[in-house]
Amino acid sequence: MGDILTLVGKRLGLGLIILLVISLIIFFMVELLPGDIAQAVLGQSATPENLAALRREMGLDQPAIVRYLAWLSEAITLDFGSSIVTDARVTEIIGERFMNTLFLAAYAAVIAVPVSIILGVIVALLRNSIFDRVANVISLSFISSPEFFLGYILILYFAVKWGMFPAIASLSEGMTFLELLQRTFLPALTLVLVVMAHMMRMTRAAIINLLASPYIEMARLKGAPPWKVIVKHALPNAWAPIINVVALNLAYLITGVVLVEVVFVYPGIGQALVDAVSKRDFPVVQACCLIFAATFILLNLAADVGAILTNPRLRHPK
Amino acid sequence: MTDIKDQMLLDRLAAAAREGKISRRSFMHYAAAAGLTTTAATGLWTGAAKAQPAKGGTFRLGMHDGNTSDTHDPGTYVTFSMIQVAHTYRSYLTLIEPDGSLGPDLASEWSASPDAKEWTFKINDNATFHSGNKVTANDVIASMNHHRGEETTSAAKALLADVEELIDNGDNSVTFVLASGNADLPWLMTDYHLAIVPANEDGTANWQSGDGSGPYKMEEAEFGVRYTLTRHDGWHLEGAYFDDLELIVLNDPNARQTALVTGDVDAVTQLELKTLALLQRDPNIEIDDVPSAAAITMPMLCDTAPFDNVDVRNALKLSLNRDELVEKIAFGAATKANDFHHSPAMPYFPEGIEQREYDPDQAKSLLQKAGAEGLTVNLSVADSVFSGAVDMCVLFAEHAKAAGITINVNREPNDGYYSDVWLKKPWCVVQWGARPTPDVMYSLAYKSDAAWNESRWQNERFNELLLQAKAELDDTKRAEMYREMAILAKDDGGTIIPFFPNFVYARRKNVQHGENLAPSWQMDGARACSRWWFADA
Repeated sequence: MGDILTLVGKRLGLGLIILLVISLIIFFMVELLPGDIAQAVLGQSATPENLAALRREMGLDQPAIVRYLAWLSEAITLDFGSSIVTDARVTEIIGERFMNTLFLAAYAAVIAVPVSIILGVIVALLRNSIFDRVANVISLSFISSPEFFLGYILILYFAVKWGMFPAIASLSEGMTFLELLQRTFLPALTLVLVVMAHMMRMTRAAIINLLASPYIEMARLKGAPPWKVIVKHALPNAWAPIINVVALNLAYLITGVVLVEVVFVYPGIGQALVDAVSKRDFPVVQACCLIFAATFILLNLAADVGAILTNPRLRHPK
Repeated sequence: MTDIKDQMLLDRLAAAAREGKISRRSFMHYAAAAGLTTTAATGLWTGAAKAQPAKGGTFRLGMHDGNTSDTHDPGTYVTFSMIQVAHTYRSYLTLIEPDGSLGPDLASEWSASPDAKEWTFKINDNATFHSGNKVTANDVIASMNHHRGEETTSAAKALLADVEELIDNGDNSVTFVLASGNADLPWLMTDYHLAIVPANEDGTANWQSGDGSGPYKMEEAEFGVRYTLTRHDGWHLEGAYFDDLELIVLNDPNARQTALVTGDVDAVTQLELKTLALLQRDPNIEIDDVPSAAAITMPMLCDTAPFDNVDVRNALKLSLNRDELVEKIAFGAATKANDFHHSPAMPYFPEGIEQREYDPDQAKSLLQKAGAEGLTVNLSVADSVFSGAVDMCVLFAEHAKAAGITINVNREPNDGYYSDVWLKKPWCVVQWGARPTPDVMYSLAYKSDAAWNESRWQNERFNELLLQAKAELDDTKRAEMYREMAILAKDDGGTIIPFFPNFVYARRKNVQHGENLAPSWQMDGARACSRWWFADA
């Protein structure tokens, strides 16, 4: 157990360094964008005096490195400062939106993870049957189509033609949980369809890989039924790659949903990021990107820890 | 009396009028065809056909162009959705009526000194803020000062640059003292930045609270996402038929249209023109197509070769087929322009100026005269200028081939287009929002010393007329001056204007509006929320 804790500690430390590097990269990427924040805020109708006044007010007359260090000294205390454009606290701007994104990701994950693992096991069991092929073709076509296209197709049938679900997933106060689930069903379903293929196919491949091992043959020889061979004997050894793919997909559910948010007008963090980039609102961009980066780092870490915990050989190294 | 066939026609007409499908003018025309006298037809229009506005219901409007960084600060209103919202919870001194004329908002009346240098606005005694306080001269002065002075960050600073002093007359009226006469000042007061907000004790404007004196009171503002409002019962004007408003930002055109089709919203702004024909087939949806004062311009820098030669400029103006551009790029939802920046939706429009048509032969001979046969020019454009901007340039390049002109279409990045390309590259494409009067437009982008004189055009007579017209209070004389200026811009100016895009928006059938729709902004001059109503409320 101690080994795992050291590993987690080391990885978290490394993660912090990665975040620092990322924050630097983001800062200078935003600097490189043509036009600046004053121009973006005032739009086409800005005069030079206006721009100068606004730049002074926003502190943009300071050199870039000074502004970065000022930001960093605040960020170290986990205070992401205020939006340059609106003066609102960054945590206020993205807090609720991040919760929305997490909710949507959780909604999609709760459906996608069990369904795709169970499907993966079933297609491994029935490998090379018609069912296997059909499931593969369908899930691959979903993953091959862009999300916005899937979203539009779902809207066309479920919202416009059959009227079962609303076309826009806008949230309002005082919604019951059931209403919330119904409102956000289409975006969640889109995400489910997008991430399922990966997980299902990885489950299938990991299990089939193991089927040639001697201990599986042993299980078969002792007369265990095929489903038991797979669920009881093969699956426990296949967890490591499956967990990895699940973690990657969970990260995608949080970080890759901008298009789905736009199509369904869902007030998530992706839209906030796009808005902030178009305004060159650096503190907001930075906070969003760091949240995304941290999500990846933590989920990867979780995947590694999960892989160790499910594997007795790694849990008790000689 | 009318026979049965005519009676059927009249019934159909009455139904069309009730649903707002037909204008008063066409109604009268068809009614006359059905054998009705004008008096009878007028009676039918005002009586049976024209449904009275009904109060009630929650109006849900899907708006384009919203950003999380929008704020209550009128000086930095910039997104279209914020302009819509501003007209629901705040008021202005004056407003543009549905028929395009100037009408009273907070100011119940206004008058000018003979030289148009002093304007006095009398504030409506019934006007109150949502907090309950009366709107006073003090509030108006604080709101205007928000856009004035060295330190202001307001985008409306240039608009009020001429204002020297604001005087509280003590009788609930405010006098604007200008550096030079401006007959258009009351029109300028409709600018969306010039919203009236309450004053703080120290005389600064308190915009932060989101208080206003508009027809609706802001309940909850989630910027860039949604706004909920309820009716302000003490509003000083007629209207505000809906009980509540729900203004939702729907940036994606597809999401907007789908939400309208499924009934998730009652009306939407800005339709995608490409799918207009499909949307028209939906029997539950009405599309409003309103000629506007917005414009697409293609300024050529008149001090840069080859555009420093007026014959070259005119040859290029003759080398585009405007009809085809209107039909194929704007899908018919645009009004053909004539190379002067004065749309028929603006006051003082000069009728009867000869339309410039596509004439490659004449263009060729002009080029010959200029010694520039086989001209090759670069045209800068970006996708973000307007939907179809790049396509328009490519089509233009095809038209120009017939005149022996090669146009290289240079696609520039969307980001920073207005800082790096506009006013810098010799020839580019620009979209202009609607401005209320020709004077505002010309002073902004055609006056010789204007910061945004986008074609760097210098014409003495034009600039002289511009100043004269600005201070002229006699409408007939003014109209004549604008006519002469239009001809000068058309024949000597450096700007090609292919068309004025129309405002195209849509509503569910149960949403009704009056006979006319204001040309200043989408959604009836951004005042649909206080002017429209539910037929079935």
